[in-house]
Amino acid sequence: MNLTLKVWRQKHANDRGTIETYDAKNIPGEASFLEMLDIVNEQIVQSGGEPIHFDHDCREGICGMCSLTINGVPHSKEKGITTCQVHMRKFKDGDTIWIEPFRGKAFPVVRDLVVDRSAFDRIVSAGGYISVRTGSAEDANSLPIPKDSADSSFDAAACIGCGACVAACKNASAMLFVGAKAAHLNLLPQGQPEKDKRVLAMVRQMDSEGFGNCTNHYECEAVCPKQISADVISKLNRDYAVASTKEAFK
Amino acid sequence: MAANGSQKETFNSSIPDGPIAEKWTNHKNNSKLINPANKRKYSIIVVGSGLAGGAAAATLSELGYQVKCFCYQDSPRRAHSIAAQGGINAAKNYQNDGDSVHRLFYDTVKGGDFRSREANVHRLAEVSGNIIDQCVAQGVPFAREYGGLLDNRSFGGAQVSRTFYARGQTGQQLLIGAYQALSKEVARGGVEMHARTEMMDLVVVDGHAKGIIVRDMVTGEISRHAADTVVLATGGYGNVFFLSTNAMGCNVMAAYRAHKKGAYMANPCFTQIHPTCIPVSGDYQSKLTLMSESLRNDGRIWVPKSVEDAAAIRSGDKTAADIPDEDRDYYLERKYPSFGNLAPRDISSRSAKEVCDEGRGVASTGLGVFLDFRDAIDRLGEDTIRARYGNLFQMYEKIQGTNPYKEPMMIYPAVHYTMGGLWVDYNLMSNLPGLHVLGEANFSDHGANRLGASALMQGLADGYFVIPATLPNYLADQVPGSVTTENEAFDEAEKAVTDRIDKLLSIQGERTVDSFHRELGLLVWDKCGMSRDKAGLEEALEKIPKIREEFWENVKIPGTGESLNAELEKAGRVADFLEFGELMCRDALNREESCGGHFREEYQFTEKDDAVISGYTNPGEAKRRDEEFSYVAAWEYTGDDSPPNLHKEELIFENVKQSVRSYK
Repeated sequence: MNLTLKVWRQKHANDRGTIETYDAKNIPGEASFLEMLDIVNEQIVQSGGEPIHFDHDCREGICGMCSLTINGVPHSKEKGITTCQVHMRKFKDGDTIWIEPFRGKAFPVVRDLVVDRSAFDRIVSAGGYISVRTGSAEDANSLPIPKDSADSSFDAAACIGCGACVAACKNASAMLFVGAKAAHLNLLPQGQPEKDKRVLAMVRQMDSEGFGNCTNHYECEAVCPKQISADVISKLNRDYAVASTKEAFK
Repeated sequence: MAANGSQKETFNSSIPDGPIAEKWTNHKNNSKLINPANKRKYSIIVVGSGLAGGAAAATLSELGYQVKCFCYQDSPRRAHSIAAQGGINAAKNYQNDGDSVHRLFYDTVKGGDFRSREANVHRLAEVSGNIIDQCVAQGVPFAREYGGLLDNRSFGGAQVSRTFYARGQTGQQLLIGAYQALSKEVARGGVEMHARTEMMDLVVVDGHAKGIIVRDMVTGEISRHAADTVVLATGGYGNVFFLSTNAMGCNVMAAYRAHKKGAYMANPCFTQIHPTCIPVSGDYQSKLTLMSESLRNDGRIWVPKSVEDAAAIRSGDKTAADIPDEDRDYYLERKYPSFGNLAPRDISSRSAKEVCDEGRGVASTGLGVFLDFRDAIDRLGEDTIRARYGNLFQMYEKIQGTNPYKEPMMIYPAVHYTMGGLWVDYNLMSNLPGLHVLGEANFSDHGANRLGASALMQGLADGYFVIPATLPNYLADQVPGSVTTENEAFDEAEKAVTDRIDKLLSIQGERTVDSFHRELGLLVWDKCGMSRDKAGLEEALEKIPKIREEFWENVKIPGTGESLNAELEKAGRVADFLEFGELMCRDALNREESCGGHFREEYQFTEKDDAVISGYTNPGEAKRRDEEFSYVAAWEYTGDDSPPNLHKEELIFENVKQSVRSYK
């Protein structure tokens, strides 16, 4: 199939950036979206231009690196997949496709479609862990965990940290990401000792990074490639309320 | 052409004395210690942030060392360990099915076709249980039974259920555990994290690894980092084949740079071709996707018995459902009745190739076999299968556009893991003092074939439990901070790095980096892939230098070195693959036997062999030559224009008898 691409090009963080138009010719339907970009890039390089930069690595939907907004929707309008899992058979010959980065105040553009998501790392560093020194753990089966708790924790832990939730939110809020990490750990007995400290620290870090607030539009849940439920945001709000109250009356 | 021959050497592998089950304990008792107040004076560089690197960086920082950790991804959480699906082995015997440390050790040595080092493998089995404890304490949400205890499943090459799992995302959950531990140490100030930073060279001072030169991939800035020791945990070299299940960025650069600085590269021809991957569909393809081996617990692998039926399926005239059971060949169950569909990876892969070579393959290209869940769905119901493999089925449907609950999956082997890597001793230190190598980047634990769910085990064993105990054996003899980036070795290394980048950018030829990578990949897949022979390997050894020569004259890299430049990054990696690929083929040519993933067509069982006549094994199975090849081939770089030197570490089996590996 033949397609027209409208792609965000930006030389570096301080460049203003613009949309450029490219022809993508003879694209096989079996190719993935990123393979389509590979084909276009190969042509751009052959003709002396600089290729379109985009983040990608595992190309099987788990590393969380790929991050394109396709026709206005992070990871495309298909449910439950990452950019690298979008296949060209979903497009029609002659389509025009708009490709932009994951935008958000806390996600500055590095180049073209590549953004800086290190704010997520700093949020996890603030408290997204259980402090257990290597070698100090008890036998794994000494702490039975109800299957339901383990499963709910897993549902939240499935987050790949891609940032689609931020890119989809009109406030560029990171509540789904932070809620998922907090829920993963707070739902487990191992996570209880640091629960209050964790939510306070992560939420404060999130705010300081410039992410916006949640105003319940659920766009995050709609685009999440791992289909993490916005319930984790409600849980985060509850845990935060309890922790901040306790802190106030300490 | 021939490598400089040498006799088997007595390598100083630092294997402790004593019975196998006591070696690790004795070694720890006799290892050097550094007191807590002194630990903070020592600095350690860790390259790579996957299971091995992430776990090592976090744990070494907890111990009080100053750690710098580097990764090429935008966050340490994205290292390729994340893509492991099926699980992690541990000898917990929670299933009460007779598992033990000894059995895990035995299965791993046998699975590796008797080409791994016994002492290292036993240690791996010993610490396997601690890994599960550690991960659970970190909050890794492993699958559980209704009683709240941990669940297990079976994997290839074992007759017990010792695999712990977290749906089909075990690698992801374990990596997030390590990443969180690392993040905790970053927050505490113990680890300085450098993401989007690529190691370009190793710096060797007075014969010791004391630093690295890196490139900031965003600004292009080249910088120097000195430390008291360097730990490489940079993964495998599967991408030498261009198409593999590795992430796009996985590369051999760090390991190969270390090799060129004196570290021996061991058994590079031991590469693992995973039997259950989605088949190749076209030239545009950038990578292959693995479907977890765990699927083989319930899926049955088959092709039609007749070539005609296979052709009809390829042309679309028939579907799998049109082939009655009596016309199906469940070839793994037929050939290996006791292991069936859970035969080890090398054997399963080769069997798939054999049936496809016979013209019985089913994908449109002829290179595919069925993985069929019909019987499991009949027996257990669709819901149970969905609970076990839901995300894998979904992934398959996304890529292939067919519903595996209704039609069988089509799979074909693909390059997945590399058992070979930098040579290390029992302390995980290279022959180059001060250089330590962990995880897939080293060679030590899996021999000629890795069993499923053992890569995660090794990465975490090395990172959490082995290196923290063995590193002081080197560090204690070093004066902390004795080497700084002012040392002239850093001047030279940095200049070599910038010269190489300038040279790559100045070529401005006609061909893209990928076109060279694809050409190399096709060649090594063809000649040094699932089966190899002398003529093919010699042909590859003749062709690779020509591709390399053309690369350095005709590659086209746009842009500059002073910004994010994906083509430049790829070029540096492909340049190293173009040298490494030659070493891999040379090693395969030298190893005149078949073992594990290394199958030399000249060396296979035939109807004339006693083991076949007695019914112990089948014709066509890999035939080892223990007398001549029971050694680790450790290659020493001697210069760009001279062949590498071969050093042989003899493998001694005192606890597991080297036998013909049979899974019948």
